[in-house]
Amino acid sequence: MSTAEDLGYDLIIGEIPAGARVLDLGCGSGLLLQRLKNEKNVTGYGVELSEQSVSQCLERGVYCYQGDIDEGLSDYKDNSFDYVILSQTLQSTKRPDFVIHEVLRIGKNTIISFPNFAYYVTRVQLLCRGTMPKNRLLPYEWYETPNIHLITVKDFRVFCERRRYPVKKEMHFSVTDSGGIVVVRTLANIRAQYGFFVLDGEGVTGDSPRA
Amino acid sequence: MRKKEPIDNPSVGVVSTEYFTFAGPAEPFELLCGRTIGPVTIAYETYGALNAEKSNAILIAHALSGNAHAAGYHSHEDRYPGWWDEYIGPGKAFDTDRYFVICSNVIGGCDGSTGPSSIDPATGKPYGLSFPMVTIRDMVNAQWHLVRHLGIDSLLAVAGGSMGGMQALKWSILYPGMVRSVIAIATSASVSAQAIAFNEVGRQAIFKDPAWNKGDYYGMQAPDSGLSLARMIGHITYMSETLMHEKFGRRLQESAVSDFDFNREFLVETYLHHQGFKFVNRFDANSYIYITKAIDFFDLAKDHGGMISAFEKVSSNFLVVSFTSDWLYPSTQVKEIVKALRVNGKNVVYTDIETDKGHDAFLVKNRALEKNIANFLKSHADNNT
Repeated sequence: MSTAEDLGYDLIIGEIPAGARVLDLGCGSGLLLQRLKNEKNVTGYGVELSEQSVSQCLERGVYCYQGDIDEGLSDYKDNSFDYVILSQTLQSTKRPDFVIHEVLRIGKNTIISFPNFAYYVTRVQLLCRGTMPKNRLLPYEWYETPNIHLITVKDFRVFCERRRYPVKKEMHFSVTDSGGIVVVRTLANIRAQYGFFVLDGEGVTGDSPRA
Repeated sequence: MRKKEPIDNPSVGVVSTEYFTFAGPAEPFELLCGRTIGPVTIAYETYGALNAEKSNAILIAHALSGNAHAAGYHSHEDRYPGWWDEYIGPGKAFDTDRYFVICSNVIGGCDGSTGPSSIDPATGKPYGLSFPMVTIRDMVNAQWHLVRHLGIDSLLAVAGGSMGGMQALKWSILYPGMVRSVIAIATSASVSAQAIAFNEVGRQAIFKDPAWNKGDYYGMQAPDSGLSLARMIGHITYMSETLMHEKFGRRLQESAVSDFDFNREFLVETYLHHQGFKFVNRFDANSYIYITKAIDFFDLAKDHGGMISAFEKVSSNFLVVSFTSDWLYPSTQVKEIVKALRVNGKNVVYTDIETDKGHDAFLVKNRALEKNIANFLKSHADNNT
């Protein structure tokens, strides 16, 4: 069962091999890292903006750094982590392009998951009502949303092609009413609630092209 | 003020300071400056019980003006508990029901450990300025002798705020195999020019006091006015502007004198005078000079070939804490430590606790700090790595 927080955690955990070194950017209360530690014996680190989240991470025995997610990424050497996770975080960053480059540089693999703005319910809401969509994926009013860079599955694919970031796997998914996860294999850009990409970052080194 | 009831403030109860003397004539204690001293006495207190595996020992390192008396009371009549009683005791952050907590007075101090006010066995007189320069490393090395004396091979944690945090960091670097975790609060790998400047004004206040007499004042009038002025300056740096404003504002001390009178004091002035006055009764001016100099000289990057290489070989797990309103050890400086640890791939939790209490926030009750320390210790005690 997925809660508001653990969207697609099972998919992420399924991707990550045992004993990996993982960095979770925007790790919230540390639930994913705790599960990864328990289920996959990973060495995990988190980054979160709020003091309360870091305290929650400590309660779970998760190592967390309080700061902006892009803060201090430059400190890490190339390929410092086996996996870097950006779960429902990318859309709230100020410079997604810069963040993506950095996570690809410091991670051998990167898992990026975000609410898909081209999901048909979202499209219909915008088309028919003429107001900013507000639904389970995007539960905020326009004036209070942390989602400042909304993206679609297609946008992200195009972005990766242009930047020549190798996409290893796409596993876009939706959450059913009962909280289960359904992977959407066809027409994902319109049918999937969430985009889910695994990128190969091993060959990405050096500075971001626009940084 | 009545002592708080044990119910709302569980306490380790009545404790007494103990003393450990080492470095006899055969093997004097060697300091970083190249000189040796001996014998060296370390005043210390312990709370809680060491478990059979000797795996639950925590060393607490104190800040500039602290001492070995970190928790509990020295007698039933004692009005004030030890300096970190808020955090050390049954069920508290450093839970004495679970952990064996040790706190010692630093070498160079004046509360039972060998320092400038101690008798130099060579002359039979107090050392005064003939006491060798001490560094944070020397403090840590002296603590190492104590820890070994207590039969402990491995510490669950070394913890401290401000200068105590410097010692905790140094412990992890000097004795990597002995320190399983470090709790470093409101501290830095080296203090700023601003912090050195404030320390220097404090030292000058002592030097300029005629009673100081180049450090040779024992048995005579002590440089109380210089030392109290140094303490007043220090206290300004330990508080945030917001805290000062909230605590004192522009309120005046109640008095019967006329409106415009040099005798009429703002509350903040009364507070500082009180702090200065209190301090001279319990602190030695020469110790103040030595210890502030040790703080100023502390520089992990310089001593270990850069910040990154300083932490390269540490094996401890770290909890690093800063306070948003601390301008003496600002968050940006605290983060430098965290940065070096992250680059080295070490396990580190960093949090910047929102408070208006300034640098001294770690000495007063802070729910977030208590909780974070307790949880951090718990996960490391459970892992027992």
